[in-house]
Amino acid sequence: MQSVRWVVRAALAACATLVLAACSGGGDADSEAATGADLVIRGAGATFPKPLYEKWIEVYGSETPDVAFRYAGVGSGKGIAMFLAGKDPAGEVFGGAEIDFGASDAAMSDADLKKVGERGAVMVPMTGGMVVLAYNLPGVEQLTLSRAAIEGIFSGDIKTWRDERIAATNPDLDLPNKSITPVVRRDSSGTTFIITSHLAEAFPAWREGPGIGKQIDWPASAMEVNYNEGVAQRVKVSEGSIGYMEYQFAKRLGLPMATLQNKAGEYVEPTAAAGSAGLGSAPEVPDDLRVFVPDPPGADAYPIVGYTWLLLYARYPEVARADAIKGAVLWGLTEGQPIAEEMGYIPLPAEMVRLARAKVEAIQ
Amino acid sequence: MATKPFQQAGSSSTITRPPSGGERATDSMFRGIAYACAGLIVLLVIAILWQLSKEALPAIAEYGLGFWYGTTWDVNKEIFGVLPEIWGTLYSSLLALLLGGIFGIAIAIFLTQDFIHHKLALVFRTIVELLAAIPSVVYGLWGIYVLIPIIRPIAEWLHETLAWFPLFSTDLSGPGLAPAALVLAIMILPTVAAISVDAFRRIPYKVKEAAYGMGTTKWEAILKVMLPTASSGILAALVLGFGRALGETMALAMLIGNANQISLSLFAPANTLASLLASSFPEAGAVEVQALMYAALVLLLITFIVNVLGLAVQQYTVRKFEGKK
Repeated sequence: MQSVRWVVRAALAACATLVLAACSGGGDADSEAATGADLVIRGAGATFPKPLYEKWIEVYGSETPDVAFRYAGVGSGKGIAMFLAGKDPAGEVFGGAEIDFGASDAAMSDADLKKVGERGAVMVPMTGGMVVLAYNLPGVEQLTLSRAAIEGIFSGDIKTWRDERIAATNPDLDLPNKSITPVVRRDSSGTTFIITSHLAEAFPAWREGPGIGKQIDWPASAMEVNYNEGVAQRVKVSEGSIGYMEYQFAKRLGLPMATLQNKAGEYVEPTAAAGSAGLGSAPEVPDDLRVFVPDPPGADAYPIVGYTWLLLYARYPEVARADAIKGAVLWGLTEGQPIAEEMGYIPLPAEMVRLARAKVEAIQ
Repeated sequence: MATKPFQQAGSSSTITRPPSGGERATDSMFRGIAYACAGLIVLLVIAILWQLSKEALPAIAEYGLGFWYGTTWDVNKEIFGVLPEIWGTLYSSLLALLLGGIFGIAIAIFLTQDFIHHKLALVFRTIVELLAAIPSVVYGLWGIYVLIPIIRPIAEWLHETLAWFPLFSTDLSGPGLAPAALVLAIMILPTVAAISVDAFRRIPYKVKEAAYGMGTTKWEAILKVMLPTASSGILAALVLGFGRALGETMALAMLIGNANQISLSLFAPANTLASLLASSFPEAGAVEVQALMYAALVLLLITFIVNVLGLAVQQYTVRKFEGKK
């Protein structure tokens, strides 16, 4: 009897631990009790700048021990939804606690801006990034893709790696006779928005067909996975696959990235200089700082680039909270930029930093 | 010891007596609890169905039967159809049932028909049942990092030499139907094996003795007497295993490739209903949630149909092979 009772007790204890773990889970462990900080600033959104924001939180957070920052990478679409609701409507991220900022690679549409209400929204570009096409082809290191090839791959038109549109730009490569498996995002994603804007700008047919969006209808043969991490991971384990993701995610997993053709017809590798050239060719910056560069014209510009925005409220209920957020964002706009460059993001042009600072300083 | 009850009975005034009030009370209480538990299960199923249908109702009204044969899942344009997922669910589960079924029944025969010492058989059985204790995620990871690299060269060779054959018409890039079905087969193996073992054990020993007495060889006895006699139990095992395969989520979400296409090829990526639910739910907006609820309802219905069909076949075999009504 004794042993039976012991087994039952052990089982109950195990169940309880499991339940506790499940409750406190939800993907983003929020160990607030452990930090001892007085103020916790929470934000959620795009996965594209997530490695950078995490690094910033690590560096800046150590300078401000009384404020703790948390960032949950949930994708741009959900980031906007959570910013509009002020918290995770599903109550999962941060246990349903209120969030103080959102993040999105597609900024916010006018329709979404109308829904913000009286708190008002400020969109601050924090950094730029390149969307790279990483692939998994054993034995092939230096793939070069023309604009037509990219469109063909992601529209499902090009089915094998020996397609002449790919072979034309890679005369020296021994391309395997394998089928191409595009890897794309299933969730609502700013990265998807950036690449579909590029394709729509470059190919009118794309605009009519799949269109621009954070979530579109990809060809049936595409593997659809969640988050930048998911795409990188899937490309890593699938031979013959090619997927789009932010530069950092491909670099982290050591995936080779394709050299792409830009609007001027030149072939450009994803490098910091090429990315800056791409973002720098942005036209006039509008007042709300929503700048998109779907197809930069420069000869040395990397073709698929975009800004990523923090979504802040124009007014915060507490002064301390507003000050903490302003301090952090201003730090990110200035001292954080070299860190961004180190990590393969594109630092903001000086003019953009000036405009963004003015916006942030107006927050109450 | 054996005489004691009589002594006791003799010592009391009457041998029989009507049940006391306390006994009546416990009896009716136990009956009540039993009824309540049984009723609760039925209520639970009804509640789940009700909740699912309620949430799915807008999607059912909007997409109707077209949802069953639609092939796009486009959140932006709000076009939803789950035919590729239904196809992937049934295809992967049937493959898994084929593999897991053959191996499971073979294991059951091996363990029960005097091939090895019964103590050794117990060890084997425990090992097979341990497979059921491995978490689904571990199966998924094992599939990605161990199984796929192992079957990739085989798949490549099959594709290169037999590309005209529809089952091998594409090459295996990584996650796809074949690794998913293989892992599923391993996952349902313990269910099939354990219940089949019980089915063989239930056969009275005299049946086998009678078979040997008629002069059968060992294999004749197994294939012509034991297997048919145990068939209803084995079928129950297969139905349970199939049900498990239909609903398996995590390992499949990691291994099947998550592509919304219908392909006969074993190496093409596909998708299943359960993995669609798992991967879309965390990100879904209001309209997509309705569609997902509809998809869940479809999965429930498919499982229900499979179970009913399984039950019908089982009853048929009971009548045919066991001579019971």
